[in-house]
Amino acid sequence: MSDVKKFLYVNRRAPYGTIYALESLEVVLIGAAFEQDVALAFVDDGVFQLTKGQNTDGIGVKNFSPTFRALGDYDVQKLFVERESLEERGLSEDDLIEVVYEDEDDDWEEKPAIHVVSRAEISDVMAGADVVLSF
Amino acid sequence: MSTLHTVNKSPFATQALISCLNHAKSGDAVLMIEDGVYGGLGGTGMTEIVTELGKSVSLYVLAPDLAARGIDTNRLIDGIEGVDYAGFVDLVAKHDRTQSWL
Repeated sequence: MSDVKKFLYVNRRAPYGTIYALESLEVVLIGAAFEQDVALAFVDDGVFQLTKGQNTDGIGVKNFSPTFRALGDYDVQKLFVERESLEERGLSEDDLIEVVYEDEDDDWEEKPAIHVVSRAEISDVMAGADVVLSF
Repeated sequence: MSTLHTVNKSPFATQALISCLNHAKSGDAVLMIEDGVYGGLGGTGMTEIVTELGKSVSLYVLAPDLAARGIDTNRLIDGIEGVDYAGFVDLVAKHDRTQSWL
């Protein structure tokens, strides 16, 4: 498995206003199916993609926020959310959906996949990636 | 004579809302739609400037767009009113023109 690359998907757009957020999620799922090392970063308006309680009945488009919860089933364990971006938007970790994965190294215990981290830590994640895909 | 302004971009991503508020005349209405609804949020880095620049206009958000994004109406800045699609039509009918800040 030496050909496994570290893919980072950078999400900077709010959901629904443009197609970027949904298309990013589609590509993430494809990448995960190829058993690559997948991480997602949510910065700027991208943090709005993960708010809980989304209800799109009134605007006639698909609510894709539940699909993020399926990422855990694809063994995607790293959704990094930038704390500064949340704070600038009046949000906190409590406003976000829960995404969990089962840790095969720890008796399949369910663990949170969403990690709220600092801007500096997001920089490190970006610098550590082999491939960066921007949405 | 008054204008209904619509803004459909997030204030964190573009200057559309700020430019709109800077150009709107007293008595105009500003309706935030699509990603523009984030401009109505209280407790953000934009709240103070939106409140200040929005003093002389009526501020509205399109409630279905707010619900789609998981934002409860109790998070709106005080004085901002949520409207449904029928309310959107009423606003269009009530003003002399509609200007979109794309």
